[in-house]
Amino acid sequence: MNAITMTNLTKKYGDFLAVDDLNLTIGQGELFALLGVNGAGKTTTIKMLSCLIKPTGGDAVLLGNSINTQPQAVKKLINISPQETAVAANLSVSENLELTAGLYGQNKKSARQRAEEVINQFGLEGMQKKKAKHFSSGMQRRLSLAMALITDPQILFLDEPTLGLDVLARRELWASIRALKGKVTIILTTHYLEEIEALSDRVGVMSKGKLTAIGTVAELREQTGTSKLEDAFVILAGGRV
Amino acid sequence: MRILLFAKRNTKEVLRDPINFFFGLGFPLVLLVLLSIINASIPPEANNPMFTIENLAPGLAMFGTVFMALFAGMLLSKDRTTSFLMRLFTSPMTPKDFIIGYTLPMLALVLPQATITFLAAGIWGLEITANLLPAIIVTTITSLLFIGLGLLAGSLMNDKAVGGLCGAVLTNVAGWLSGVFIPLDLIGGVFKKLANILPFYHSVQGIKTVLGGNISDSLPHLLIVMAYTVAVFLLAVIAFRRKMSGGKA
Repeated sequence: MNAITMTNLTKKYGDFLAVDDLNLTIGQGELFALLGVNGAGKTTTIKMLSCLIKPTGGDAVLLGNSINTQPQAVKKLINISPQETAVAANLSVSENLELTAGLYGQNKKSARQRAEEVINQFGLEGMQKKKAKHFSSGMQRRLSLAMALITDPQILFLDEPTLGLDVLARRELWASIRALKGKVTIILTTHYLEEIEALSDRVGVMSKGKLTAIGTVAELREQTGTSKLEDAFVILAGGRV
Repeated sequence: MRILLFAKRNTKEVLRDPINFFFGLGFPLVLLVLLSIINASIPPEANNPMFTIENLAPGLAMFGTVFMALFAGMLLSKDRTTSFLMRLFTSPMTPKDFIIGYTLPMLALVLPQATITFLAAGIWGLEITANLLPAIIVTTITSLLFIGLGLLAGSLMNDKAVGGLCGAVLTNVAGWLSGVFIPLDLIGGVFKKLANILPFYHSVQGIKTVLGGNISDSLPHLLIVMAYTVAVFLLAVIAFRRKMSGGKA
């Protein structure tokens, strides 16, 4: 069964076509990476799928629920880790996690239990009472991802989750994401090509709002006759190698 | 359930900032002490009732609530600019959950703030009677105007702009045009007319008349304040819903 089916999904801002007639299906448990230069339409696509903005045309169905007609049902199934570290600065790790769980309908006992599980899963033990504002950006991103997962989403949107992180913090976050593969459908946007190679099952390349190519990393290399993903991406994004 | 959870989080965010504590509780008390000392220095033959405790207490109770605009506006604006609100927008929370969740903590802060201000005024000679409770309730109701203004500003501006508007401009406008610090009759003219048109003077008069036991006399003043409050909240809800349904967060 498909987790996400996009049909002619379109978003216009005035005369500017941010996402142009997107048709794409993503399977359950798949880690699908959206790749593109700045302004290619990746974040706009994620915002439409997560019901943050309404499409100008077309629709997307997430696990049987339309983003146009059933946004509340969609919201119960998804979660997001935005580009910025979206955490409550003056709340502790436990408070941030329990708040998120509670807002998705978990009772106090269940929220506390899940918070402890997620704290262990993300290596945040010993920091439960520490306020988020005192964390490094790497730790804040890890907390942000933990907040996205405490609600047990069936579909998870990761919008440039490792932006600005050092190599060690990035590798740690990759390990956390890799552990989710097969269990949660993940849509990942990133500028880091090594991240795509390390994590993704399939890649969609976007350029000027359009999906220009789709396939595994190996298929994209083969399709463009290149040996590196970077070269393949440059060709598919409309540049020159 | 969601509203209370969100309101609890907002209360923690505001109370865990020591500057908010000072402006929320300490600043009205500092003004109360300073202006009472000034009042004690005014000779009785001057016949100037400006800073008598019966005028000062309701004025400062209202003035203290101006800071709720700053707290609500800054909190909402920071939530927007840090993408925390974007995360919450993808949750099953509704616009009603957000608006009430941001408003309730501010009302919960006004209650102790007004109570402390009036009780401190009791030390400086304000007669503590059964009218104290309705005066605290009226202060809380009139504070909705400032909470609404904060939510409106927080929905539209970044935190620096909110700080400037709600912290500097609004406190001055509300302070001077409320008649707390300068008698409106002394200046008269356009200044007095403007004060009568705007809600700040009526907020003080509403609280003052209730504190004096004249609830029916407070109603015309409170009606004006509530008309402004309804209009401001409507605008805040419209601005917030626009952000929620796809305006740039």
